[in-house]
Amino acid sequence: MNQAHAFTQKHLLGMEHLSADEITTILDLGERFLEIADRPIKKVPTLRGKTVINLFLEASTRTRTSFEIAAKRLSADSVSFSASSSSTTKGETLIDTANNLDAMSPDIVVIRHAQAGSPHLLTKHIDAAVVNAGDGQHEHPTQALLDASTIRAHKGKIAGLTVVICGDIDHSRVARSNIFSLRKLGARVRVAGPRSLLPLGIESMGVEAFDRIEPALDGADVVMMLRIQLERNAGGRFPNTREYARLFGLNPRRLALAKPDAIVMHPGPINRGVEMSPSVADGPRSVILDQVARGVAIRMAALYLLGGGSDAAE
Amino acid sequence: MKLRPSPLESNLVERSEILDSVGMARVLRRLAFEVVERNGQDSYFVGIRTGGAWLAERMVRLLVEGGEKRPDLGAIDITLYRDDVFHGLPKPEIGPTELDAPIDGRTVVLVDDVLNTGRTVRAAMDVLLDYGRPRLVQLAVLIDRGRRELPIQPDFVGVRLQTTAEHSVRVMFSERGESDRVVLRERIAS
Repeated sequence: MNQAHAFTQKHLLGMEHLSADEITTILDLGERFLEIADRPIKKVPTLRGKTVINLFLEASTRTRTSFEIAAKRLSADSVSFSASSSSTTKGETLIDTANNLDAMSPDIVVIRHAQAGSPHLLTKHIDAAVVNAGDGQHEHPTQALLDASTIRAHKGKIAGLTVVICGDIDHSRVARSNIFSLRKLGARVRVAGPRSLLPLGIESMGVEAFDRIEPALDGADVVMMLRIQLERNAGGRFPNTREYARLFGLNPRRLALAKPDAIVMHPGPINRGVEMSPSVADGPRSVILDQVARGVAIRMAALYLLGGGSDAAE
Repeated sequence: MKLRPSPLESNLVERSEILDSVGMARVLRRLAFEVVERNGQDSYFVGIRTGGAWLAERMVRLLVEGGEKRPDLGAIDITLYRDDVFHGLPKPEIGPTELDAPIDGRTVVLVDDVLNTGRTVRAAMDVLLDYGRPRLVQLAVLIDRGRRELPIQPDFVGVRLQTTAEHSVRVMFSERGESDRVVLRERIAS
């Protein structure tokens, strides 16, 4: 008899409450789903008859498309809403939206929302499994999972690696989810950025903080650059993007401080010339597009594990 | 996660040994050579994970040892194609599907350890057809225990058994750290 998966969560709300075993389960499953993208028929019948609603109340192209493709490759029926086309623009509250969605009995709701905790709130009002696709400055678990998947594929392991996360740490749900995830998987995590963008007390998450990028890069295996989130007023935290690029942008000279085989990652979208020079973004060490490819597979794994509803938790 | 013993696995006592390791090797060799007799050199052995994949590997090895040309070998995992993925059982691990040589136009011999309801074979055919268009698909099984729920028949059978719902046929594999044998077990009232 085959071994069963070590994953019994009903929802995927964040990395903070997942165990290392549960994370590894999703990563292993992601490797299997990766292969489906290379088949002549890129589809399996697993989630036939299941309904997935993608509720994207904050701008997104990559993550939304990735979830849509993931659902379709598993043969689920998926419907997507974006902020501009949803009734929230008419003043509907999230709870009312949730109750209305629940009445349409979806099996999985994927939500992105500018407010931290929205996915958690949603679980109180609907029966469906909820996947957090990014909530405010809180968490973005599928991004952390696809990042872990990419690191593991390129480095063969995660435990013992030194990972630098550089940029707008304060506004970054990607940084938070990655810190939780990478620490659980045994990596050393350094964060770097202007002091005005490093949250006070970040060391309590088990990371080393640097207010300059150079010492953080020293001997790093993985360099993860983050976008400056101007839409969250990050621009008020430093003089201008030119100066930011000069002090914190990743260029070939700085990348040379990391290990010779270090990989460069970015969750996208990139502000070219700000956090990263084009020669690095498109260079041989960049695994940015691999991250995107793995995103679909990881999201398929998440939908598969959650798609069984309460059955799966037995 | 600790697995509860599934209802299928509990309260079973061994009734008889269908095959010991010598018998299993003999039956597999016969099956492998029957396939070659019927298909010539063109067969593409595809095992259904996990037991069937091991049997397909062994059949290919037996053919090579018997002086035959090495046939193509593949393995498929049917988990994502099952009709009961979400019917309350813990979700099983998914193994890789490996069909390195294209299956288009080939004679594919699906290999499984035990043929029972036919639902596994139905799923396996769906997997195959997503990878290409074989000219012919045949089915070779070590044990056929009857009790079909779908119109599926094997082309090559090791041992035929008459069983009831109270029976369980268990194939043990050295690949899994057991000694090779096939046993018939029966449920006892608890």
